[in-house]
Amino acid sequence: MTSRSKEKIAFAILTLTTILVTMPVILIVATIVKQGIGAINIEFLTTFPRNGMREGGIYPAIFGTLCLVAGAVVFAVPLGVGAAIYLNEYAGENLLTRLIRLAIINLAGVPSVVYGLFGMGLFVIFLNFGASILAGSLTLAVMNLPVIITASKEALSAVPQPFREVSLSLGASRWQTVRHIVLPNAVPGILTGIILEVSRAAGETAPILFTVAAFYLPGLPSSVFNQVMALPMHLFAISTQIPNISLETRYGTALVLLGLVFLVNSFAIVMRAILRRRRKW
Amino acid sequence: MHQRSRFDSVREFIVEKTVLLSGLASIVFVLLIFVFLLKEGLRTFGIVSLEDFLLGRKWYPISSPPKFGILPLIGGTLAVTVGATLLSVPFGIASAFYIAEVAGPRMKEMLKTGIELLAAIPSVVIGFLGMVIVAPFIGDLFDLPTGQTALSGAVMLSLMAMPTIVSIAEDAITAIPGKYREAALALGATRWEYICRIAVRAAAPGIVAAVMLGIGRVIGETMAVMMITGNSAQIPHSLLQPVRTMTATIAAEMGETVPGGDHYAALFAIGLVLFVITFFVNLVADVFLHKDRGTVQ
Amino acid sequence: MVDERRTHTDYKFVIRDLTLFYGEKRILNSLDLSVRRNEILGIIGPANSGKSTFLRTLNRMIDLTPLVRAEGEALLDGVNVLGNVDVHFLRRRVGIVFALPLPLPLSIFDNVAYGPRRHRSVQRGELPDLVERSLQAAFLWDEVKDRLHEPAMNLSGGQQQRLCIARTLAVQPEVILFDEPCSGLDPISTARVEDAMRVLKEQYTLILVTNLVAQASRVSDRTAFFLSGDLVEVDETEQMFRKPSDQRTDDYIAGRFG
Repeated sequence: MTSRSKEKIAFAILTLTTILVTMPVILIVATIVKQGIGAINIEFLTTFPRNGMREGGIYPAIFGTLCLVAGAVVFAVPLGVGAAIYLNEYAGENLLTRLIRLAIINLAGVPSVVYGLFGMGLFVIFLNFGASILAGSLTLAVMNLPVIITASKEALSAVPQPFREVSLSLGASRWQTVRHIVLPNAVPGILTGIILEVSRAAGETAPILFTVAAFYLPGLPSSVFNQVMALPMHLFAISTQIPNISLETRYGTALVLLGLVFLVNSFAIVMRAILRRRRKW
Repeated sequence: MHQRSRFDSVREFIVEKTVLLSGLASIVFVLLIFVFLLKEGLRTFGIVSLEDFLLGRKWYPISSPPKFGILPLIGGTLAVTVGATLLSVPFGIASAFYIAEVAGPRMKEMLKTGIELLAAIPSVVIGFLGMVIVAPFIGDLFDLPTGQTALSGAVMLSLMAMPTIVSIAEDAITAIPGKYREAALALGATRWEYICRIAVRAAAPGIVAAVMLGIGRVIGETMAVMMITGNSAQIPHSLLQPVRTMTATIAAEMGETVPGGDHYAALFAIGLVLFVITFFVNLVADVFLHKDRGTVQ
Repeated sequence: MVDERRTHTDYKFVIRDLTLFYGEKRILNSLDLSVRRNEILGIIGPANSGKSTFLRTLNRMIDLTPLVRAEGEALLDGVNVLGNVDVHFLRRRVGIVFALPLPLPLSIFDNVAYGPRRHRSVQRGELPDLVERSLQAAFLWDEVKDRLHEPAMNLSGGQQQRLCIARTLAVQPEVILFDEPCSGLDPISTARVEDAMRVLKEQYTLILVTNLVAQASRVSDRTAFFLSGDLVEVDETEQMFRKPSDQRTDDYIAGRFG
């Protein structure tokens, strides 16, 4: 066999595998949309579940997820962006920097359920927040810190070094340089990281299992010390805990969750594309 | 020589310390996770020895007296991990080569977006689909009493490990200096020969890291395995048996425990084991990731 | 090298026994050199003769390069800038124009206003006036006065470099360092930058590092010749180009090496 025809066969196999790898995304989305779209209506999105969650809507779960995501963003973004600024703009190449980097890698690898344990031990019990929006948001925030740090750091380091030199050469201080030159040019990249965090936080179940999520609540939370329902938790509950629930309701819930996550993700993808096109340097 | 205003110097000082603290937060959190796992979990080893805990064959946490042997859970995690790795590694790496070396720019962008979306699907959604579609299918296929088996878990988890493996391996392949490729093609090699003889070797450390991180992802995955693998805490002898992983055990049983009780402590001890395992997996991955590339003879 | 007929106050910069290291390697050996007020001092020499690093030492831009270290003294109006000084304030007094035009990703106006805004050195209302004067001094005003709020990146290379000069001027420095400012420019743009320099020396002290021997002969009052980390000689430009006192200078100027 000639090396050309060998190449043809090999590339055909590679193409086939790649199709196999990417097919599931399409299948998953198609299945969920097809099976779940029938359940989606205004009532489903805006009312409380009824009759042991077999009927009615999923409004409190949607609301709870939005609360948790907002809380996670509030806690994780300042800390994550601050850490990225430190690593990219202030830190020298020393032991401390290496330790921080190691810690971030480690945080990114800790299993989500271990975050659940940590959040329960620290926020729920030790700090006595109870199972609450506060405890859940904090747990999600810690878990998503590496995402924000990594994305922000990448965005900061994409700002060309000479800009910093010019600013400093004009007598600006380091913080002025970061504030007026580096950050404005890194904002789109940082936002992309935040959006990715949002989408991850919205879909996570294990970290909120013991820190916030309720199986069923008759009302909306009135403070950050209340429990809430959450979409992924709700999907888990109606899939595994409640018999005789219609498949369409379950698919509908999955569709809402997936739709939310994908919507947020496509923001990030579109934003990055625009950013790449607009960049001048 | 004139100085800046006092206000400016104070502001610089405050900013510098604030960002330093944000940087230190990561270290603090890792330590806190470790400390709280120890604080709540260490007590377990007053009830069972470390050896009986890790190698005990019986996990009966609510019988009296309770038995806290996590070997069946380790076995469950191992079965699912090995299965998922065997499925996702060859496919993932092949796709990485396709995306990096074969696909045109448009195709590349589409595939990468697809992989990114796959990564974004929440694990509970994967678990749900595994439960209603894949598990029954596997049950029918192998004529099993239940399709909720290690294999069903492995299939779904391989999907979840895929994005990690593909994107990191693809980065490693793309990072190979262009001169190797040009030299190989100039010498008359086909692109396939370049991939086989040069790219595979040059990207090897990155590919190893990709596999390690994929494995780390699988070991830590919770919701999907809990929903698909049948939740039976027995040492598996084949992939077609129901299993229960360490992560699923924590998630499934924590709700029934009394904070501070023995069962509660034992679940934290499992968390500690998971923490240590993933720590090393990620550490090894990082070492490979930062290995100098381009050591091709 | 210090000219004994002049008094101390005639010098803006007095550099004594300055040695620069890159890691363990010496890149400049025990240099003595003084810069007069309101002169253009040209510095010529082949690549890697230490002239750029020397220039960056004078406003401590070398602080940004981890491996570079300086020993000795560089006195600006009698104060050693290598000692414990506020580097941000030093850089306001000693501005620099880099080899490649580097506009910040801002509008033309905001580029020029960048320094004064950070230093709050002028009232808000006076800013447009300062920007106009700076652009005029850099011979750029007429070309950009109708599009001050366009991105600076849209300017041509030569215009960008004059914008960088205007940006440095707006900080109202006392000394301006030019680090091969015309290396990326065409002859016409180069001529315009040189015109600007000749006018600027009325008000400022200029140090011009250049890889173009002819440029030094055209604009500088005095010229120093650096070779592999040593100052070979420094003299009035006319004198140096007519009859250099060192054979190596003669060879370099005549283009026999470098």
